[in-house]
Amino acid sequence: MAIEGFEVEKIAHLARLGIDPDDVPEYARNLSDILAFVEQLNSVDTRGVDPLAHPLDAIQRLRPDSVTEADERDNFQQNAPLTEAGLYLVPQVIE
Amino acid sequence: MHQKTLVELGAGLRQGEYSSEELTRVCLDRVSALDKQLNSFITLTEELALQAARDADARIRSGEAGPLTGIPYAHKDIFCTRGVRTSCGSHMLDNFIAPYDATVTQQLNAAGAVMIGKTNMDEFAMGSSNETSFYGPVTNPWDSETVPGGSSGGSAAAVAARLVPVSTGTDTGGSIRQPAALCGITGLKPTYGRVSRYGMIAFASSLDQAGPFARTAEDAALMLGAMAGFDLRDSTSVERAVDDYTGGLNESLQGLKIGLPTQFFGAGLDSAVAAAIELALDEYRKLGAVITEISLPNSQLAVPTYYVVAPAECSSNLSRFDGVRFGYRAEHPADLEDLYKRSRGEGFGAEVKRRIMIGTYALSAGYYDAYYLKAQQARRLIREDFMRAFEQVDVIMGPTAPSAAFRLGEKADDPVTMYLSDIYTIAVNLAGLPGMSIPAGFAADMPVGLQLIGNYFEEARLLNAAHRYQQVTDWHARCPQGYE
Repeated sequence: MAIEGFEVEKIAHLARLGIDPDDVPEYARNLSDILAFVEQLNSVDTRGVDPLAHPLDAIQRLRPDSVTEADERDNFQQNAPLTEAGLYLVPQVIE
Repeated sequence: MHQKTLVELGAGLRQGEYSSEELTRVCLDRVSALDKQLNSFITLTEELALQAARDADARIRSGEAGPLTGIPYAHKDIFCTRGVRTSCGSHMLDNFIAPYDATVTQQLNAAGAVMIGKTNMDEFAMGSSNETSFYGPVTNPWDSETVPGGSSGGSAAAVAARLVPVSTGTDTGGSIRQPAALCGITGLKPTYGRVSRYGMIAFASSLDQAGPFARTAEDAALMLGAMAGFDLRDSTSVERAVDDYTGGLNESLQGLKIGLPTQFFGAGLDSAVAAAIELALDEYRKLGAVITEISLPNSQLAVPTYYVVAPAECSSNLSRFDGVRFGYRAEHPADLEDLYKRSRGEGFGAEVKRRIMIGTYALSAGYYDAYYLKAQQARRLIREDFMRAFEQVDVIMGPTAPSAAFRLGEKADDPVTMYLSDIYTIAVNLAGLPGMSIPAGFAADMPVGLQLIGNYFEEARLLNAAHRYQQVTDWHARCPQGYE
């Protein structure tokens, strides 16, 4: 499966990943190599095999829907690049 | 003092031969003197360490010391440490001060262990050579021209160079076992769910597992005992009592059934590594073990399966880095999309971007069944191979890595070749089994690791097998030149 440059740009957009246009050919080559390698999986017959999501086939635990954490907004927002009045700031979205 | 094991140091501390503060200063001094070459630490936490050491000394004086009290350790920079930068080896988190402690951090603190700093690693644990770190590569203490392995390369190099007696690591596809092998030390990846993932920055959540590095199996057993346990805050933590990892270390290996997967000894295995492994197996025969060949027929699927499952989970986990709540933020964004794209584009390195893109592709509309679903099915086949093998044998053994440490830059330009460094370790993560690597000789003067794989929750059996081997060999005691 060869990945073309325009596909790299599409995938990068889906992942909201800015990539340098000069790097697109190299990513195309790397991703193609990786996908070609992964395609070995097509050689194995998996009909009727249940997909394995958790090695111990564990079931998601349930817990009571109650508040267990204290409010640490100020602590957490110390790592935020830009806040105001306890809110995270982003560029204007709605004109 | 730096040549002593954790067990020896613990005894010295409790008998008052030296204080934890003195011991901690020895470690800090060694880092100052030797780490310019190794680059094994990203952040040194000198003040915090000395304070923790004084607290440990008080605890020792009051007679409340446990085996880890006052023991200095190095912590992989993937574990959140409250008030201390937690970078995950990435430009993205270069300015991130963790606002809380990981469960592993809390447990080691509670045991009285003294963190002296945070160790270098491949960016977001994605790498097998420590070359993808934003903070530059770590070098192997045995040869500064070679890699220490990865992703936990800093933690492995720091223990091998006797900067600290023990350290922590994480293993998603071999990131504890492979660097342990390449640096000539002991490393253990527990059963998936045995050690809490809370506060451990996520790479591939169905595979990630934390574990210890040490020079001996006995030290690793003590570290694992402190790190393991059920944690409500990790949704995949296993609710099961922690075994006694030290009580059975000396049990006889008479009659132990060891299986050698034929697939681990085929083409691609360096002949000098193979020869060292054969000699190690002879030691096990002398110890009374019975060795038989077994087959893991789907093992060739492990690396391709991993390079669908791990990138898919990584692309999802790393979507949280958006330049808004924490981490790197691009300057002067034109709009919200530009903020996302440039923050992520400038904050992540090339390997992380490659994996995010592979994962995004594999999960995108029209490709999900062909890649992700197929890989999850192959994953079950890989697990079933192991389950059949463990009906016949107690422990599986083989090489940890196909070669000894390779040269810096040798594989950096070719992702697929780099991925094959983990060919013998990855299947263990996909199946969620416990695995270890212990020093087992040398190939062209570089360390070779013997891998031990156990059934679920059989860490104690692996540690027993490793400890008995270390009683009759001295590979684990060999020290790289310049670090004696």
